[in-house]
Amino acid sequence: MSRPLLDIRDLTLGFKGWTGLTEVLHGISLNIQPGERVALVGESGSGKSVTARIVLGMLQSLRSARIGGTVEFDGRNLAQMSRAERQQLRGTRISMIFQDPTSSLNPVYRIGTQFHEVLKREVPGFSYQEAMNRAAEILREVSIVDAERVLNSYPFQLSGGMNQRVMIAMALANEPDLLLADEPGTALDVTVQAQTLDLMRRLVEQHNTAVLFISHNLGVVREFADRVYVIYKGRIVEHGPTTALFDDPRHPYTRALMTAVPRLTGGGVPDIDDDASAFSAPLVDHLAGEGRP
Amino acid sequence: MMPIARLLSKRLGTSLLVLFGVSMLIFAIARIIPGDPARIALGPNATTEQVAALRAALHLDDPVWIQYGYFLGDLLRGDLGVSLYTNRPVTTDIAQFLPATLELVLVAGFMMVAIGLPLGILSARYRGGIADNIVRIVSLLGVSAPSFVWAVILMLIFAFYLPLFPVAGRISDSYSIEAVTGFLLVDTLIAGNFRAFGNAAWHIVLPAFALALSGIGQATRLTRANMVETYDRPYIEMARSYGFPARRIANRYAFKPSLIPSLTIIGLDFAAMLGNAFLVEAIFAWPGLSRYGVAVILRKDLNAIVGTVLIISATFLIVNIIVDLLIAFINPRIRLSQRSS
Repeated sequence: MSRPLLDIRDLTLGFKGWTGLTEVLHGISLNIQPGERVALVGESGSGKSVTARIVLGMLQSLRSARIGGTVEFDGRNLAQMSRAERQQLRGTRISMIFQDPTSSLNPVYRIGTQFHEVLKREVPGFSYQEAMNRAAEILREVSIVDAERVLNSYPFQLSGGMNQRVMIAMALANEPDLLLADEPGTALDVTVQAQTLDLMRRLVEQHNTAVLFISHNLGVVREFADRVYVIYKGRIVEHGPTTALFDDPRHPYTRALMTAVPRLTGGGVPDIDDDASAFSAPLVDHLAGEGRP
Repeated sequence: MMPIARLLSKRLGTSLLVLFGVSMLIFAIARIIPGDPARIALGPNATTEQVAALRAALHLDDPVWIQYGYFLGDLLRGDLGVSLYTNRPVTTDIAQFLPATLELVLVAGFMMVAIGLPLGILSARYRGGIADNIVRIVSLLGVSAPSFVWAVILMLIFAFYLPLFPVAGRISDSYSIEAVTGFLLVDTLIAGNFRAFGNAAWHIVLPAFALALSGIGQATRLTRANMVETYDRPYIEMARSYGFPARRIANRYAFKPSLIPSLTIIGLDFAAMLGNAFLVEAIFAWPGLSRYGVAVILRKDLNAIVGTVLIISATFLIVNIIVDLLIAFINPRIRLSQRSS
């Protein structure tokens, strides 16, 4: 087994507030191999997004955050890096895509200007014109034909789907090793979401980019990911290759999550077992005993 | 830039309407104040016939709307009448006194923006920190006392106990500068007299700062509040996630969107300085429009009152138009879509 690109071990997170420590993550372990697409699935508040923020090194500087365990990126422990070193990784080797593309782009700057700033992370001396040429090239990769017009536009002049393509293009512009996708396109309507996800999948395959795909949408996860971690209340409850996990969901929470999806064929909103105590059952790992944690 | 031209013409049109309304209002109010302007102007020794003659000459015996008609006719020719106090055309008086006031207000406005905005950015970027707390206390002090109080305090500290700045006036008497624009800071440069420029600049620091203090506090607080809100927006998180330098995020990506809501109020504060300048001018013996304004009100000099108020209103409106244009300039939504508004 090669060295994982991202290796999270026993990660804990708490926020210190007036009423004491609020624990958010209770020791989660997760790894991603280079070029692998891994999904982290769970309901809102389960700790998916904060995990991504820790990988980006954005919670480490928060005074109220208490972080334990280790996060290694490419063999280096993030906790032992300086703030500047962690910042150096962002936008160059790790990048991120957010839920709502339109509100994630700055409303008062043109797409081109924002693209320029992103490209300067990798090549600080990039001139505006060079950056525009490079940006147009990348935009064509996400099937944007009139790249010049898009680069000259403000986010509010473009559709949500168009902005999402721009976000994907920006995220992949500097050829990162790891892409964090935090519920990408959840704010878009389903057809646009499907299109852009397909595009993203094609591109990360081409560029051999590893992806941590954060989502609550099981259908999307099944299409996108090689491996799935199911997270519930700050604990990983089930883990396995996508097909194994979907064919044979063993943990009560995973099963509940799957039945919770309304069917196209009707039958009303599914009933979900209200007995949440079973959800705290220990981790089910489909790969246990196969040499991988 | 067609939408900008449309915006400009629309604002100019409404401003003319406002000015028209203001002229009617002030014209009527000036005539309601008790006292006979002709009697006050001529003094107690004038005969009843002399007073009657002056009243006739000023059309004071006609109904108010007829008087207003005369006034409008004169105004269209650029004539605001003759001041009964100085016996000169009101336009001449205003041309003499307005530049000093405008100069003071412009320098104060510059201080407000040049000090207030950076302090606000600093405060928002390090919110919760020591710098933030100091800035917040200082800006609260700035807004909580009126400018004439600051004028007295600053004068006592920096001109009296520590004689760093002059107590009064626009420039030392030893300089005689030919008036071209009326702005001493400009005229001294035109004359090529840099010592005189330095002297004039030295004189304007304290009164302008006293006038600017509440504006600085207001601009700081507004900028901070709007930026703190902007910092929670997804596009700032995105900028952080891409590792943009914190300083660049503050000065560009968080500041510019935050400036849009602040700018309207900063513009109003700036225009309000014209009114506050009256008291600051009185304290620093600044030969601006204030002394003239107060004198003509006390002497019920109708033409001069109306003229002074009109000029100040016009300046107010011009400032507002400039602010609107600035907002349109930094907010692409307004700049690119005038149709929708």
